[in-house]
Amino acid sequence: MSFVFYLLAALTVAGGLAAVLLKNTVHCALALTVAFAGLAFLYLNLDAQFAGFAQILVYIGAVAILVVFAILLTKGSETPKDGVFSKTWLAGLVVAAGVFAVLGWAVLQTAPMLPKATPAPAVTVGQIGNALVDRYVLPLEIVAVLLTVALIGAVIVAMHDKERTR
Amino acid sequence: MTPLAGFLLVAALLFSIGLAGALTRRNAILVLIGIELMLNAANLNLIAFWRYGPHPELLTGMMFAIVSIAVAAAEAAVGLGLVISIHRHAHTTDLDQMNRMKG
Repeated sequence: MSFVFYLLAALTVAGGLAAVLLKNTVHCALALTVAFAGLAFLYLNLDAQFAGFAQILVYIGAVAILVVFAILLTKGSETPKDGVFSKTWLAGLVVAAGVFAVLGWAVLQTAPMLPKATPAPAVTVGQIGNALVDRYVLPLEIVAVLLTVALIGAVIVAMHDKERTR
Repeated sequence: MTPLAGFLLVAALLFSIGLAGALTRRNAILVLIGIELMLNAANLNLIAFWRYGPHPELLTGMMFAIVSIAVAAAEAAVGLGLVISIHRHAHTTDLDQMNRMKG
């Protein structure tokens, strides 16, 4: 457990907490970006360079921008006067705390059996590309179809329906 | 504590934070942010198990995480499209006020 890991873990968790707790929705989106960046650095810390840069490209470059667009298009940046948390917030908090208690207990119970530190795997981006078109070609094709369907679906769902509004 | 246990604990904490956000916030976009945090925590688990697993050269966990990132991007696009569509229809993104199935 290195100092860098603790620093990145603290950054990620702080970003996640701020994204959930802050009142202003735009601030939440920015905190979410910090959490995504922390996760990308954690991936780099795990010697998963490709996943780390994919995380930066997809999450910080696309998802965070999409969230900001949605907030601005729905006037979500105005803080509602009756609070930002739902009426049943206590039940949600209890459920989340219970889930964390179970997950944390399971991890700590199995911690002595988990594998010790191993040498970093020498995996290049070229190997990942070869595996994508060789062994994992079916998932790649399915993801391609899924992305096309999701793109068309998102545009159709969000498209302005002129005839009905008039 | 082994390095893997540390990563798993961080992922568990992040998952719980995302779950708490998805269950307690009013704004539909903030609920989507919570779901994104949960998906990211799962990805962190996949990458950590890939890194400390017995056969990292097979790239199984890495591929799982990459596909999961792509699916999460599609989910975010459709989810935010739905939020914008609902806002245009009901003029609110407050989930406590969306209590009718009939428009």
